[in-house]
Amino acid sequence: MATAALHPPTSTGLDSRKLGFWIFLGSETLFFASFISAYMVYKGESVVGPYSAEILDIPLTTVSTFVLLMSSLAMVLGLAGVQQGSRKNSLLWLGVTIVLGATFLAFQAFEFTEFYHHGLTLQTNLFGSTFFILTGFHGAHVTIGVLWLMILWLQALRGKLGPEKALNVEIAGLYWHFVDIVWIALFTLIYLIQ
Amino acid sequence: MAAEHGHGMTPHEGAQPGAGAHAGRPDQAGHVDPAHAEHEHASIKTYLLIGLILTVITAAEVAIFYIPAIADTSWLAPILITMSLGKFVLVVMYYMHLKFDSRIFSSVFVAPLILAVTVVISLIILFKVLPTYL
Repeated sequence: MATAALHPPTSTGLDSRKLGFWIFLGSETLFFASFISAYMVYKGESVVGPYSAEILDIPLTTVSTFVLLMSSLAMVLGLAGVQQGSRKNSLLWLGVTIVLGATFLAFQAFEFTEFYHHGLTLQTNLFGSTFFILTGFHGAHVTIGVLWLMILWLQALRGKLGPEKALNVEIAGLYWHFVDIVWIALFTLIYLIQ
Repeated sequence: MAAEHGHGMTPHEGAQPGAGAHAGRPDQAGHVDPAHAEHEHASIKTYLLIGLILTVITAAEVAIFYIPAIADTSWLAPILITMSLGKFVLVVMYYMHLKFDSRIFSSVFVAPLILAVTVVISLIILFKVLPTYL
């Protein structure tokens, strides 16, 4: 209990940072819902190509989806490492999470480049506008997550990420898993249900 | 223990847990024991099992997409959405620990989530479904 005094007393008995972050994630659901709504409403309304069915690469995106799902697994293992005070496991699994997150971003960059070469841009048609805005904002969230995890990884490397800092990692993990569940929805709504 | 893990109860309340309330659920008197509010997480074995299930569901989703007998029917969307919902729930409950944490966290996340889903469904009905009947 040496680390018990982590935050001042609260009426709920819960850490205000964690509660505040859950409220933030709640607001993020509405943020993504607005872009998902736009995508779904304009689905099939493009009057010029390329159309979604012609251009979406299901096998490629399946692999990137698998990569992001596994990054969530690595994230919880990293959190467990920090909670257990294992610097080795913290570094390993947070590092794996960063690598998998960066790999997902590389897949997305490749996909966007391919679409551009096929003539699909933000201005081409309704599919291009809604697709790039929706997946682009998701990619921006992943990028922020990777940078956040890199900061935590560097702290772990310097031996400054002990069990007393586990809540910092848990909150970063909440963000990371949220990005993952958003992609779970996007993968189905954009790629599989055409 | 939760405080050791930084999960957030106050030191004072953690030292004097309320009697009879567990895992953040109110007891018969309506008291929430913060000492048990959010400290139990799943085991490593459970995390690995969830990872395996997520992989299997994703593989099944893609397989269904390529099976014409299903993909060419109106059943495709409901089946895929149900499977995605399953993945969503698994990640939120186990990886985000909502199954083990205080219900307050669940409430502040699920309430806007319900609103978000309602917004999406309402707009789809308004712009895609209703015009076909007008």
